[in-house]
Amino acid sequence: MSVAPNILMEKRREISIIRMFNNWLKRFAFQTQEMFFFSVRMVVAMFGRPFYFPEVREQTFLIGVGSLYLIILTGIFAGEGFALAFSVELADFGAKNYLGRIMSIAIIRELGPILTALMIAARVASGITAEIGAMKASRQIDAMRAFGIDPIRKIAVPRLIALMLMVPALTILCDAIALLGGYFVAVFIAHVSSTMYWSAVRDRLIFGNIFIGLFKPVVYSFLIAFIACYKGFSSTGGTKGVGRATTESVVLASITILVVNFFITRVVFTLIKGWL
Amino acid sequence: MIELKNVSFAYDERPILKNISFRVDPKESLVIMGPSGSGKSTVLRLLLGLEQVCEGEVLIDGQNICAMKESKRRKLRRKIGMVFQDGALFDSMTAGENVGYYLLEHTDLTPQQVEDRVQEMLGFVGLDSGEVLNALPDQLSGGMQRRIAIGRALLSAEPQIMLFDEPTTGLDPPATEKVLDLIRKLQEEKPIATIVVTHQIVDAISIAERFIVIVAGELIFDGNLDELRDSRDERVNHFLRPFRESFEKVNRRQFVRKEP
Repeated sequence: MSVAPNILMEKRREISIIRMFNNWLKRFAFQTQEMFFFSVRMVVAMFGRPFYFPEVREQTFLIGVGSLYLIILTGIFAGEGFALAFSVELADFGAKNYLGRIMSIAIIRELGPILTALMIAARVASGITAEIGAMKASRQIDAMRAFGIDPIRKIAVPRLIALMLMVPALTILCDAIALLGGYFVAVFIAHVSSTMYWSAVRDRLIFGNIFIGLFKPVVYSFLIAFIACYKGFSSTGGTKGVGRATTESVVLASITILVVNFFITRVVFTLIKGWL
Repeated sequence: MIELKNVSFAYDERPILKNISFRVDPKESLVIMGPSGSGKSTVLRLLLGLEQVCEGEVLIDGQNICAMKESKRRKLRRKIGMVFQDGALFDSMTAGENVGYYLLEHTDLTPQQVEDRVQEMLGFVGLDSGEVLNALPDQLSGGMQRRIAIGRALLSAEPQIMLFDEPTTGLDPPATEKVLDLIRKLQEEKPIATIVVTHQIVDAISIAERFIVIVAGELIFDGNLDELRDSRDERVNHFLRPFRESFEKVNRRQFVRKEP
């Protein structure tokens, strides 16, 4: 007698799980489509008129100068930590003199771009999403549209351009500072000669490494700008929604940077292996 | 001039407006009333093209704003001034920059010329430019912010239509009266049509000739004050019931501006 209701319950549960999965899939597909269109609109808006030069200048200053202390601290301590860990390992093999080579490859090709992008994602992406989200919640975005202004061109594009200019510049700075941090560890702790360290660093400053080291930040800057702006413009639910969007923006930007980094490295290794 | 033809709108498959049709002529003053969540503000957003209608047409000077590209829509919006609920002032800009926003963005006027126009507009909306010009919005009272928002909307390219979304919500009685005075002044001095969304019946009566009542997304009344008062529609009476006492007491003559 009790078998039939049990089967019915089981069926209902299955249907509800399928429905939930179906809804999740629909939302995911819709959001992916929205994100794609948003990124296309951002890129198209970059090349159209009007061009908001004062906004670009302001954002470049805020992102570039405002992130300097963060990048300097990140660079110096990441470089020192990395050099310290490797100097001990290399000493076991009597290969301390190779520390500069390892620093050069690791910092310029991987650590510099990734650490800079993650720091900028944490500092700038959260700020961009919170600012746009708050403007949306207080209807300032609607007011802008009512005055015949395209919010993507006015708000998103200047931030994208500023990030595309500043992330590569800050990456170069981070690389230099990290190599300098490594130098202090190499010379004062690992007792590698200064000349040996810099000559090993220079050995690996080749086209392939420099190209990857500069190509990655350009891609990351677009990802940060796009994710931060998209999350800001699509935030709903008032101040609580802005908070949620800000968290999502930082998490999504950071994860995307790490995932994309792997694929860029993989593809680049295949394409320009001869220059590495 | 403005016409909504069989407009329906849904948000996330939830119907907000159902088959709404009405027309507003030049210089006409219309109030859209209804309880909270009835879809009044959505009508204004549709008129501005901030939302895309699901069915029907929204015509501004005979042009369907829904069927336009966003770039054309942006140009058409210049004919419309919008005062958002709570003002929606740009909080990182001063009151002066807010009022002169349109001029700064769309014209080649010099900063001095913009400031002159802004001061003139601040005078029109009854604010002392010396006091508010360089103040940030959060340093001003709610009433002042609302008047700044009206000034900002008026200083766009000579709007032919002004839309007000709950212009007096959250204001104390003196500030409310100042905003209503300003709307009446606008109606008398500028050749523009006004559409005001409110759920304050007494305010509505003081600023409009024609009234529309929207309940649960349906337009249930369209007519003048006498027709509204005498309506036998159960849904209209149900909406008016809480305000009936104050509504009956209202003497429209008290709102007619005194001749100088």
